[in-house]
Amino acid sequence: MVILQTLVKKFGIWVAYLAVLLLLPQLFDSILAISIYNQMAIAIVFALSYNMLLGQGGMLSFGHAVYFGMGGFLGVHTLLMIENESVYFSVMWVPFIGGLFGLLCALFIGSFSTRKAGTVFAMISLGIGELIAASSLIFVDFFGGEAGISGDRTFGPTFFGVDFAQNIQIYYLAAIWTFIATIFMYLFTQTPAGRMANAVRDNPIRAEFIGYSARRVRFISFCAAGLFAGVAGGLFALNYEFITEENLNAATSGRVLLMAYIGGLGYFIGPIIGAVLLTLMNTLLSTYTDLWLLYLGILFLLTVMFLPRGFAGFIMMHQVAWLRGRLTSLIKPYLITGLPALVFLLGVVTLIELIHTEDETLSIWGLSLTPASVPTWIVLIAITGAAFYGIRRSLPQLREAWHAANKPDGEGN
Amino acid sequence: MLDVLIFATLNGLVTGLLLFMLASGLTLIFSMMGVLNFAHASFYMLGAYFAYSLSLYFGFWTGLIFAPLIVGVLGALVERYGLRRVHQAGHVAELVFTFGLAFLIEEAVQFFWGRDTKSYQSPDVLNFALFTLFGQEFSAYRGFMIAISVGIFIGLYYVLTRSRVGIIIQAAITHPNTVANLGHNVPLIFMGVFGVGTALAGVAGVIAGPVLTTFPGMATVLGSIVFVIVVIGGLGSLAGAFIASLLIGLLQSFAIASDVGMEDLLDLFGISFPYDHALADLWGLTLPQVAPILPFLLLVLVLIFRPTGLMGKREE
Amino acid sequence: MTVPNITRMHETNMTSTRRFSLHTFLLVALFGLSGVAAAQDPIKIAFIDPLSGSFASIGNSGLKQLQFAAEYFYNSKGGVLGGRKLEIVPLDNKQSPTDTQIQFRRAVSEDIRIIFQGNSSAVANTLNATISRHNRRNPGQEVLQINYSAVDPILTEEECSFWHFRFDAHAIMKLNTLTDYIAMNPDIKKVYVIGQDYSFGHVVADNSVRLLKEKRPDIEIVGTEFHPIGQVKDFTPYVTKIVSSGADAVITGNYGADMVSLAKSIIDSGLNVPIYTFYAVYDGITATLGEGGKDRIFLVHNETSNPIPTEERKQFLRAFKAENPNFDVTQPRIINALQMVVAAIEKTKSTDPYDIALALEDMRFTNLSGEEMWMRGTDHQIFQSLHISMHTDEGIEFDADNSGYGLRTIFNVPAEETVVPTSCKMDRPRR
Repeated sequence: MVILQTLVKKFGIWVAYLAVLLLLPQLFDSILAISIYNQMAIAIVFALSYNMLLGQGGMLSFGHAVYFGMGGFLGVHTLLMIENESVYFSVMWVPFIGGLFGLLCALFIGSFSTRKAGTVFAMISLGIGELIAASSLIFVDFFGGEAGISGDRTFGPTFFGVDFAQNIQIYYLAAIWTFIATIFMYLFTQTPAGRMANAVRDNPIRAEFIGYSARRVRFISFCAAGLFAGVAGGLFALNYEFITEENLNAATSGRVLLMAYIGGLGYFIGPIIGAVLLTLMNTLLSTYTDLWLLYLGILFLLTVMFLPRGFAGFIMMHQVAWLRGRLTSLIKPYLITGLPALVFLLGVVTLIELIHTEDETLSIWGLSLTPASVPTWIVLIAITGAAFYGIRRSLPQLREAWHAANKPDGEGN
Repeated sequence: MLDVLIFATLNGLVTGLLLFMLASGLTLIFSMMGVLNFAHASFYMLGAYFAYSLSLYFGFWTGLIFAPLIVGVLGALVERYGLRRVHQAGHVAELVFTFGLAFLIEEAVQFFWGRDTKSYQSPDVLNFALFTLFGQEFSAYRGFMIAISVGIFIGLYYVLTRSRVGIIIQAAITHPNTVANLGHNVPLIFMGVFGVGTALAGVAGVIAGPVLTTFPGMATVLGSIVFVIVVIGGLGSLAGAFIASLLIGLLQSFAIASDVGMEDLLDLFGISFPYDHALADLWGLTLPQVAPILPFLLLVLVLIFRPTGLMGKREE
Repeated sequence: MTVPNITRMHETNMTSTRRFSLHTFLLVALFGLSGVAAAQDPIKIAFIDPLSGSFASIGNSGLKQLQFAAEYFYNSKGGVLGGRKLEIVPLDNKQSPTDTQIQFRRAVSEDIRIIFQGNSSAVANTLNATISRHNRRNPGQEVLQINYSAVDPILTEEECSFWHFRFDAHAIMKLNTLTDYIAMNPDIKKVYVIGQDYSFGHVVADNSVRLLKEKRPDIEIVGTEFHPIGQVKDFTPYVTKIVSSGADAVITGNYGADMVSLAKSIIDSGLNVPIYTFYAVYDGITATLGEGGKDRIFLVHNETSNPIPTEERKQFLRAFKAENPNFDVTQPRIINALQMVVAAIEKTKSTDPYDIALALEDMRFTNLSGEEMWMRGTDHQIFQSLHISMHTDEGIEFDADNSGYGLRTIFNVPAEETVVPTSCKMDRPRR
């Protein structure tokens, strides 16, 4: 019985993770939904690999997309080779090939770029990233120039009759790969190398004193991160059957930084949250408004300023209260502050959209507002202002409730 | 040949001095606060856009005076309410913050001014040819750009080394606590320096806008080059930034002006490759083609062999 | 009631019965039809182009034109195929091939079968490959690609596809016209070609050299220069090379910011040579060039500019401007494409892409400017007259960017003379 309990405790969350991944298509199975799931899988692996560098290793990289892109490029080339029968194995292994190539590139580049950490490392990564992205337009044979290279994943031996023509088949494959990659990345954090990466991040001098070369530890983290970024690139190659220079440029590197940071760097699950959130914003939010990039920028900046541990950090902040069983006491205070906060948010978004629209009327939240009418503006500003005032008034009570919930047991109430 | 040489030098000078205006602000901020302001080129862009809007109603010269002031004030506000908050979380957090700021500013510019290219024109009074050499004119506006850049460098040098404020700033760079103990308001100094740094970027934007075109992507185009310069010159060294700016400006200008390619290099060794060789892309490279990536190549080389840069004082 | 005359009553009764039946029938038919019309689904057309990011202004402008044309020609007049409205669905791809994939899948998920796309040949190429794969794997759910602006010849040569139709003259056709015009000018002896360093730029350079050599062997190509897209901030160093080469004309395929910067640098350096371009107009470019570019900048394009040849087209332009004062009709080919696609739909009475494609092949169509266009069936390439226009402020009834400057057409090549052969060998699906 005890064995069962410990087993459930240890592996329960992993089984649940696998179950969620595999059962997602049962929830929504439209073409759009499958497409979103595929994107999420790729983003999750990519963001987790980035976290190995930044969250666990403390190495801020502006050029991580290079390993993603390189993995992807070799992935598509592999598809082409399978198609013209220079090699013969199932396309299932493409992410593995991508990972190997990502590892190779990381080995090469890491040999000179991991000497220092901090700002110098960030600058080198930026320089290398820009260099490779620019070079990719010059070396047209491997990189295909502006249009990139395309392949076809339906060739090669089939897997029990599945030729991966349909996106849903690719999704199940991607889900398995995502699960495997996540397990291995988690296991890495439990190894001495992973633990030392944390140590080197926090205090490199002390790490050196106990006999570990900070540089070597960083190099290992770097290569591991490159490996998994390459796996993500291979998944991308399978999903879209093409890849371009844009997938290894600074913008893609920036995007994974955003994902990992918003999700929360200090926690293993953080990048997963960030990847899911950003994918949803990218695909769904962009259909409702042209300004979604602006909102993303605001969200990112606010996260950096007010939620430096990301969304995962925000959730985990409640751990103490939860362990003390006082989480429920926070519900009412949250609602009291949350309601004006929600109104404030909606008001600001409406104002922004109203300023921006060039149409006669703006349909938002089921209402139809006219930019030309002054009363509309007055009402909106009044509501938003009132909501802001409401937030300020209600914050103290939230703060009190928070302190009460987090007070250690045994102290007087 | 001579005409190419002269104009390549002049072009390189104009570019280099413009880059220095950006790099000087960045270096100042880095020396002061240890943060590499990723959004520096975004303030440059804001300078150009504000000057454009002002010039529509009040003319170019009003824009030249007031746009940098507006940008400087914005910069100071960003420092006071944004950066200062993030400062406690460490350098990485600061870098990420400025990265997010750059992203946000680019979106905000598109929100307020639209996504198309703005027709920001140089003033008519400067629209004549300063001199004509070998059939090519050198416009007075470019001469003006050189004059302003040099003037700012000289002004900056004098303020930093000869004025009281400058000496306090220099002291605060290396011994902020002592300076605070002496009764100076160090946070205020920080805010001021950040404001001045961004104002400098704004000036660069005001004068470069008509020449380099004013569009929402103008920050990304210059942003990385400015970082390269600051790192190559040595983080924290104004003189190093100056040398690196001119170096990069001239290097690019001469690379483009030349017609040298890999083929010429290989000819020197008596090697030639057929056109359908696997590495044909590499052997067919010409110097003008790689000119834009030369700065990054230089960056990587410097960071490997001399991480403190050419004249670096402060090591991270 | 008296007993009426039976015969006459019979007659009257029959007439009134018939009248009654006729009325009933008409009423039922009318209600039935309107009921059916009310229940008609709209015909969805996706517009996949950049609506945010650095190329957004071109994409947004194109979207406005497509939406306006759909409303002006069809929706305001009751729709198509007996009452079905056209619904334009904008999908933002930020000119990124990756985002194009995502938007394509969204279009498919919303059961949209016709896709308009034009910006960037690179994107068009990837979309072409994706659509071919999709159509092959999902018979009965095919998607049609209406390419209104990507002019890399490869799309109607090696990569030609049954499901792809191009509604703009491709780069070589345009260069033919451009070089014809240059060849007519005896003062031009030295030509400099400068372009963006990717497939399109190389196509322009290689074919300019080849065509000029054929038409005017005495013209010397004094330089071919490639620069990275969107990276060059200041073209003055390149201009220095142009000056020292002694060129008296410049050819370029540059667009967007690259085009403005190049033209401005040439003008600022006092280099007084004509510049022959593909895209030096609209989206802020004309306003920026202004007086400095007057009478020196030439464009090759389809659809005549000022003077506008037909009253029909003038009315369209005025109506568009009235509704969208800050936009111009920058790409009439979008409107042509829409009109031809709808004509195909009306002809086959079907919205199935296979039927539309068959109807489009070898279709002849007269557009708003009164020109006849022909969609060649072998490679799905449109042919129409091409023109050279000049950037100026004289004789401009419809200007660009509200700047007072615009294009005046000075040279015309009829459609038949623009036809070029093709190597396309299309796989044709069988139904």
